Amino acid sequence: MAVNAQTGARPVRAGRRIRLPNWLGTTPFLAYVAIFLLLPTGIIVVDAFKTPTGGLNLASLKVLFESAERSYFTGSLELCLISSVLGAVLGATLAYAIASGNPDGTVRRLYIAVSGVLAQFGGVTLAFAFVVLIGPVGLLIHASWFYDFPWGIAVIYTYFQVPLMVLVFLPAIDGVKAQWREASDSLGASTWQYWRYVGGPLLAPAFFGAALLLFANALSAFATIVAWENQIAYIVPQQIYVAINSEVGLSNVNQADVLALGMIIMVAILMTCYALLQRRAARWLR
Amino acid sequence: MAAVTSVGDAPLAVPARRPRGMQAGRRRRLNAFRYVVFAFFALFFLLPLLAMLRFSFEGSTLGTWSASAWSQIVSYQGPPPLLSAVEITLELAVLTSVVTLGLLVPTMIWIRLRVQWISPAVEFLCLLPLTIPAISLVVGLAPVYNKIRHYELSALMLFFAYVILALPYAYRSLAAGLNAIDVKTLAEAARSLGARWFTVMFRVIAPNMWQAILNALLLSAALALGEFTIAYTLLYVNLQVELFSIDRNTPNASVIFSTSLSALIFVFILLLIVSYAGRRRRRGMR
Amino acid sequence: MTSPQTQNGQTATARTAVEVRMLGLSRRYGSVVALDELDLTVQAGELVALLGPSGCGKTTTLRLLAGLEDADAGSITVGGTDVTRLPASKRDMGMVFQAYSLFPHMTVRQNVSFGLRLRRVSSVQRDRRAMEMLELVGLSSQADRYPHQLSGGQQQRVALARALAIEPQVLLLDEPLSALDAKVRAQLRDQIRRIQLDVGITTLFVTHDQEEALAIADRVGVMRDGHIEQLASPVDVYSRPATSFVAEFVGLTNRLPGTVSGATVTVRGRDLPLVDLSTPPGPVTALVRPEAVTMASDSDGSSGPLTGTVIASTFLGATSRVTVDLGDVTIMAQLSTADATGLPAGSRVSLTIRPDPVLVSVDAPADAEA
Repeated sequence: MAVNAQTGARPVRAGRRIRLPNWLGTTPFLAYVAIFLLLPTGIIVVDAFKTPTGGLNLASLKVLFESAERSYFTGSLELCLISSVLGAVLGATLAYAIASGNPDGTVRRLYIAVSGVLAQFGGVTLAFAFVVLIGPVGLLIHASWFYDFPWGIAVIYTYFQVPLMVLVFLPAIDGVKAQWREASDSLGASTWQYWRYVGGPLLAPAFFGAALLLFANALSAFATIVAWENQIAYIVPQQIYVAINSEVGLSNVNQADVLALGMIIMVAILMTCYALLQRRAARWLR
Repeated sequence: MAAVTSVGDAPLAVPARRPRGMQAGRRRRLNAFRYVVFAFFALFFLLPLLAMLRFSFEGSTLGTWSASAWSQIVSYQGPPPLLSAVEITLELAVLTSVVTLGLLVPTMIWIRLRVQWISPAVEFLCLLPLTIPAISLVVGLAPVYNKIRHYELSALMLFFAYVILALPYAYRSLAAGLNAIDVKTLAEAARSLGARWFTVMFRVIAPNMWQAILNALLLSAALALGEFTIAYTLLYVNLQVELFSIDRNTPNASVIFSTSLSALIFVFILLLIVSYAGRRRRRGMR
Repeated sequence: MTSPQTQNGQTATARTAVEVRMLGLSRRYGSVVALDELDLTVQAGELVALLGPSGCGKTTTLRLLAGLEDADAGSITVGGTDVTRLPASKRDMGMVFQAYSLFPHMTVRQNVSFGLRLRRVSSVQRDRRAMEMLELVGLSSQADRYPHQLSGGQQQRVALARALAIEPQVLLLDEPLSALDAKVRAQLRDQIRRIQLDVGITTLFVTHDQEEALAIADRVGVMRDGHIEQLASPVDVYSRPATSFVAEFVGLTNRLPGTVSGATVTVRGRDLPLVDLSTPPGPVTALVRPEAVTMASDSDGSSGPLTGTVIASTFLGATSRVTVDLGDVTIMAQLSTADATGLPAGSRVSLTIRPDPVLVSVDAPADAEA
């Protein structure tokens, strides 16, 4: 179709609709995401820097460094660290057991399917299940430490962290070629030497990447801990809830935004590091 | 709530390994290790589920047996009645999946066909919710929802947020489905036979990725069924919130467990249907 | 590629070669018998190529020798020492795999010196030895690259350097060239042979490519279904095949019906001497090599059992393979391209079969396939 040299417009053929640019077809999607994802995120970012008088400054960020706030962050970090270390180590072990078996076997299929379901079985249901398992009325034991932070809740977190680890780490183990072990054998390496010089370094990026993913996952969890203990706020998500739904002064509206922004930044950093480590792992373990 | 991990998004491909022998001693040690690991984790995963099962048959005094919890799913009055929470959540599940797919499927196909350059941006937007924890997102959603609340609509309004939460999982599933078929060729063939875009998208492309669509549907529905954080913080009542408040009134009430197990079984059955349907069609196609 | 000498003219290793003796090796996988009481002795410094179709047991033999798998029965002796019970890491053998065996997270240099590092060789000596090996295979300039930056052929050369760096007693190669392009394959196989001769190491080489086996081996072991059908020099395996399987697996063969009487077999009117004089009289299938068949233009239109029409001519470079239809069978002949050009498809030709001793098999009479 000839373009008019002066206006750059395309001529309209008689009887045909005007041709609209193709990207307009994505408008519904973009509009939706703009309203319900970008707008809320923007609100958080802007409100985090708002002062009570309506201006913007960095003063509210001070909140992050006050001792009360710090305790939520340390609480979050403690819980996340414990549950992701436990989840990573246990999950890696399970993944290794699965990967070293029959690639077509039922055991493998079963454990992968189970992991798929259990990785999303979190939330209130899981917490209640643990209460009746090892809580004060527990069927298995009455764990006196069940309501202690962080170990009691960390056990529950581990329950959904392990399957997630399996799902994320298993492909990496599958990517370790049998030839590497055999070559290492024929060159004279013992099992320990193989893991120290070959297997370990090769799996390290994937392992730590997956662990970071677990960490981010634990960081964002809310429902589980609320169902476990909703009177005391130990971690950031709990405090965000308190800040939103309390009516104590304007300063708390800000607090929710600041905390929410803090969480977004932390998770974003974690996910970026995860993506970088994944790339390194993929290069070796395709 | 733990991250909803798709059951089929990155298909854990069976590794292509030629059956290799191994030294007998090493194989024996490996098998012993595997059996121990599998036994341990079978126990670890089953125990909470078994505890839930036991408690779902718990009578009104501890230690007794009764099936009343299961009939209570329907009869529990609340307030609000459990059944209405179940209803609302089921409707939310349907609404979420339909809207998510209605938003993503046409958009993704359209992009694939006509607007490839926008694809990275759309992919970024779809995966963005992974870096924004639900508890953070809800802080920014609250003002948006306050505007909507003017219209006095029910908890069904939650679907707006649920669609955003479901985006990453639905996107990955649909992207995998699109990658598996040659979209360009199919579209060109259909167009050359005289089909308009609508026909191309819904009668040519979409039917060829129906497994991915079904998968995405299932993921979105499962997400809605298990969601707690946003509903709770925005003071709506859905299934998980209801279960939570039942527990607050009557700790460890058995109806909580019967309902949760029903939900789990429901999702599991959906999973089976999806994976079975996928396999059957594949067999039928050759 | 550089010559296989190191800088000061000495050969790369100074160890004396050892003999490898495998007796009665058996191995089963479930109900499948992979090896059936296999006996094989590789002389000191010799390169034996195990050749056969997939599933014949050649790789299993190699893996048993390497110690990567355990034999169900039998013994393996290396240089007089029984290694049957030793694990792979104690067997002092160097192995080159078909593909993917280089450690991707280590540089070429680190890969090659890995075995030395395990043996606690000082880093100075390790480095020196690694560079020596890399020069041997002509890759010293790539020492600090990573495997994914190298081509397939280069990776296999590094794998060879790595295997030789530890001065093993035996060198094992498991189809090292199968994953490479044809051109690279030919060059690399010659280089491997040169290095093997120079170093003088006892070597077992597994392949399914008969051209490879014939080109580099001192002796070729043709395997089938878990046992060795023939173990002989390449010339013998080719021109004096012990069984019809060997005759048909190695090189091309014409299968022609014939009749045995006395010391000859009559094939299409010609009497040809037999390899196996104890063959009982009667109908057999004679196995005739294409290069034993010559042809000339049959312009005077005579007919006979060895006259026919050219169906096709396949150009192979210096030679051509010409397929002739004799009416009831087809026969392949290998001629120089110059001769073949004069006999295009459709020409009437008459054939002669050179009176080399032929192998016969008493299987069912040949169908019209060569």
